[in-house]
Amino acid sequence: MNLVRHFTARTLTGCALFAAFAFAQAGEVTVAVAANFAGPFARIGEAFTTATGHTLKVSTASTGAFHAQIKAAAPFDVLLAADDETPRQLVAEGLAVPGSNFTYAIGKLVLWSVQPGFVDDQGAVLASSRFAHIAIANPKLAPYGAAALEALKARRLAEAMAPRIVTAETVAQAWQFVASGNAELGFVALSQVAIPGKPAVGSYWVVPANLYAPIRQDAVLLKAGENNTAAAALLDYLKGEASKATIRAWGYGL
Amino acid sequence: MSAAWIAIRLTAELAALSTASLLLAGTPLAWALARSRSRWKPLFASLVALPLVLPPSVLGFYLLLAMGPHGPIGALTQGLGLGRLPFTFAGLVVGSVLYSMPFVVQPVQQAFESIPERLLEAAATLRATALDRFFTIALPLARPGFVTACVLGFAHTVGEFGVVLMIGGNIPGETRVLSVAIYDHVEAGELPEAHMLAAGMVVFALGVLCALYAINRPARESAEQAR
Repeated sequence: MNLVRHFTARTLTGCALFAAFAFAQAGEVTVAVAANFAGPFARIGEAFTTATGHTLKVSTASTGAFHAQIKAAAPFDVLLAADDETPRQLVAEGLAVPGSNFTYAIGKLVLWSVQPGFVDDQGAVLASSRFAHIAIANPKLAPYGAAALEALKARRLAEAMAPRIVTAETVAQAWQFVASGNAELGFVALSQVAIPGKPAVGSYWVVPANLYAPIRQDAVLLKAGENNTAAAALLDYLKGEASKATIRAWGYGL
Repeated sequence: MSAAWIAIRLTAELAALSTASLLLAGTPLAWALARSRSRWKPLFASLVALPLVLPPSVLGFYLLLAMGPHGPIGALTQGLGLGRLPFTFAGLVVGSVLYSMPFVVQPVQQAFESIPERLLEAAATLRATALDRFFTIALPLARPGFVTACVLGFAHTVGEFGVVLMIGGNIPGETRVLSVAIYDHVEAGELPEAHMLAAGMVVFALGVLCALYAINRPARESAEQAR
């Protein structure tokens, strides 16, 4: 009995010491991830934690919402934005580390419907009256929303379309409006419908790159994470070949 | 008309229409709940109170599914040739009626419950019909409950955010109510516009609640004096 207790106590002490040692090595990164990149980042984050032992706390929202939150001293170490403008502004505002911003992905806009065959490969459905609602992300907050509006303008459809546009807070909510069938069509990110191994149902049209300004998605180290070695490690990992392969697999350009 | 005024008018219309619908549908419901001795009463009372407890995201999520093309409400409205409710003003009214239901039904129900049974029995012995008793005794005596119900139903609908965000689609003049407009201004960093609307909301809410307490106080005090 005594022996058992003694043995248990020793084991527990050993475990505690080991855990303490592991924690001393492993850090934690609080990451703000633009909604369109949530899917691939879940994979990258898992691989990062396995490789380094650092854990992640991930928040997703629109890039505009993150900008407002970071200005209000949100405790994010790293921002993966859906544009290059927001990271640049954060650096200019003194809220991010100068020189730390880099492009981790170039986003592609798609027009998507859950109905197979509804969206043709020229996007001609946009000019039709076969739909009551088209979902886009809020152009003021989400770069994919701004790109969607640009594409509609390039096709000279923006004004005529206005009464049928429903605005989502993020590109993730735009996806949800379409996925639930409430909007027959929607502009979303290719990464949301071309999920490796689990492609979304329906039909989509990859909007030609000449209809909107390139969606350069930049990452940046924020002031809160300046002295966090795990945050620097995450940015390095994002630049590595393993991450790039995942990013390309989800349909992003690089 | 400026975007702010469009949002203000839309919000007022939504709150007024939702409160009116709730008074029409909620009064018989409150009466039934107040007078019922059924063993099912706790279940119905719980259903009415449910929006108090559930996060608006739960209500918004299920409404979006139910009112969508594959949901039961969506099938019904499409079958009637009314189209679908998400992203429409009518859809917001349906959402608001559910969301604000306890704020209208519960005060009215409590007012009905506080009416002594003997008053209604006395009227019945004087050959007042059930309808007579309801309109000439119950309704006037429940006046403070109705005032509370109107004010809280209206104000709570003005304060609605989560449900509208999930089923509204943020369309100017159709579904972009004040709370959503304020949220968008804040997120877009347009703080002066956000401040203007948000401060207006605080003043409005305070004014409404003050008016409610001022109106209902004399009624209660005079009732106490009469006793």
